[in-house]
Amino acid sequence: MLPEKRAHELERRAHRRRSIDRWFGRLGMVLTLTTLGILAVLLLNLAVNGLSRIDWHFLTSFPSRRAAEAGILSAWVGTLLLMIVTASVAIPFGIAAGIYLEEYAPKNRWTDFIEINIANLAGVPSILYGLMALGLFVYSFRFGQSILSGGLALACLVLPIVIVATRESLRSIPAMIREAAFALGATRWQAVWHHLLPYSTGGIATGVILAMSRAIGESAPLITIGALTFIAFLPPPALHSTPPFVSFEWLFSPYSALPIQMFNWVSRPGEEFQANAAAAGLVLMVITLSMNGAAILIRRRAQRNITW
Amino acid sequence: MSTVPAQDPNPPSASSTRPRPPSPAASPSADQASIKVSIRNLNFFYGSHQVLRGVSLDIPAYQVTALIGPSGCGKTTLLRCLNRMHDLYPGNRYEGTVQLQPGNTDILGPGMDPIQVRMRCGMVFQKPNPFPKSIYENVAYGLRLQGMNRRRDLDERVEKALREAALWEEVKSRLHQLAHNLSGGQQQRLCIARAIATDPDVVLFDEPTSALDPIATSKIEELIVELKKRVTVIIVTHNLQQAGRISDMTAFMYLGELIEFGETNRVFTNPAKPQTEDYISGRFG
Repeated sequence: MLPEKRAHELERRAHRRRSIDRWFGRLGMVLTLTTLGILAVLLLNLAVNGLSRIDWHFLTSFPSRRAAEAGILSAWVGTLLLMIVTASVAIPFGIAAGIYLEEYAPKNRWTDFIEINIANLAGVPSILYGLMALGLFVYSFRFGQSILSGGLALACLVLPIVIVATRESLRSIPAMIREAAFALGATRWQAVWHHLLPYSTGGIATGVILAMSRAIGESAPLITIGALTFIAFLPPPALHSTPPFVSFEWLFSPYSALPIQMFNWVSRPGEEFQANAAAAGLVLMVITLSMNGAAILIRRRAQRNITW
Repeated sequence: MSTVPAQDPNPPSASSTRPRPPSPAASPSADQASIKVSIRNLNFFYGSHQVLRGVSLDIPAYQVTALIGPSGCGKTTLLRCLNRMHDLYPGNRYEGTVQLQPGNTDILGPGMDPIQVRMRCGMVFQKPNPFPKSIYENVAYGLRLQGMNRRRDLDERVEKALREAALWEEVKSRLHQLAHNLSGGQQQRLCIARAIATDPDVVLFDEPTSALDPIATSKIEELIVELKKRVTVIIVTHNLQQAGRISDMTAFMYLGELIEFGETNRVFTNPAKPQTEDYISGRFG
């Protein structure tokens, strides 16, 4: 081929490659905006339908047959208590399991098997956790249709998320940092406690918060194990003025939760109840989004001093 | 400083190495000096792969011993046997004995706790690896592990270690700032301070200057030569000039075996084995 012809050919091809490159950039941008757009439409829709219903009365009233008087008091209190149970089980178990698998467990077929199944566990449909909780917590352990059963079911559901987040943040710490600690005579536990956990706090906290925001929106397992859709009282208080001052009776109380309350209202006829559902949904979205925001802030703060 | 490592064109010889005390009495040769670590018939296996083959070596106290050899010859593996770092990973196996003085401790002995070994044999790694904590906490960590908690004791030992690592003047005003804000060379000197703060018997250096520029390298080299007044130093290096400049004894390894061991001057100027000569003259490696 003649040199000019060859140069011409190369230029033509380069032009083509540049144009593919440009087009991919545009396509990516359009797809990203579409995704964000869906979220925006969702929020906007909830806001338009529900914002007018949200006031002090809505947050502090029990549900009612009259839509205008109904509120989400029992629902958000139920959600809060569920989250307390879920967090106090999923966080210690998940982090401990993550540390064990990443730092202590020998690498063999048995631990490979466990590893694969934890990943599988994260993909099990949430209603199956409901079935398991119904058999195990509600009937076998006789916890009944209580906050305890619900919280434990949600804890099982999000446990894999916490485990995976813990393992990933531990894994992102370079081996040379572990070796530095071991070379000074640290035990495995000292390396974990003095170094690995502090350096992975950001990642673990992010994972925990994302796990909680997953749990807070779940309804299927709670319906399976009998969360109430209409409840006009609060669980007994945890603190008393008389000895022994602390009571765990609330753990065994029936409960409702925000997504359950929403589900109830959505399935009713009548415009007003739909507005209530949208308002409850908006509250749920605000909680979830602020939890995610907190996760980002925590990660930023924790990683500020850490560069490998 | 007299030489800048990376630019030193001449193979090391008696004239290019650091001045030594002239009389053999002041600078005892290997067999006269007291032996700090004595390695006998050391075999090491990664799984079924044998990496070290019958290595026997007597490392003299208060001297710098360099381990040299081409990549994959087992020099780093040998170094990491001496503080049982291989125990951290599965599938590793040692055979043979490594006795550490004083106390005739068999480092590889069945009842030996690797943590005890590591508290006596400090280590400095290839890349500076300070903890993402303050300068002070980095140096204090080994002391804390050994149970030192009183602020005054810690302050004193941290300062002493930093002075010995020739870092004190550069960091004394910012001891509580993050170690990661230091330059690479300073970080490596910090790691040396961390390793010597607990007064170990031996300090193991695994190619400590391979990630550093020539000026930082020569500071570390000066430091290592200073250090041998109070600890025994074993250093793995890829840099032959470096071995020539700072070591008293040199061990040449090849394919997992110890080929030659002797006083550095002698090994470099008059090697006994043809492989050593080939390696030193740059014919392979």
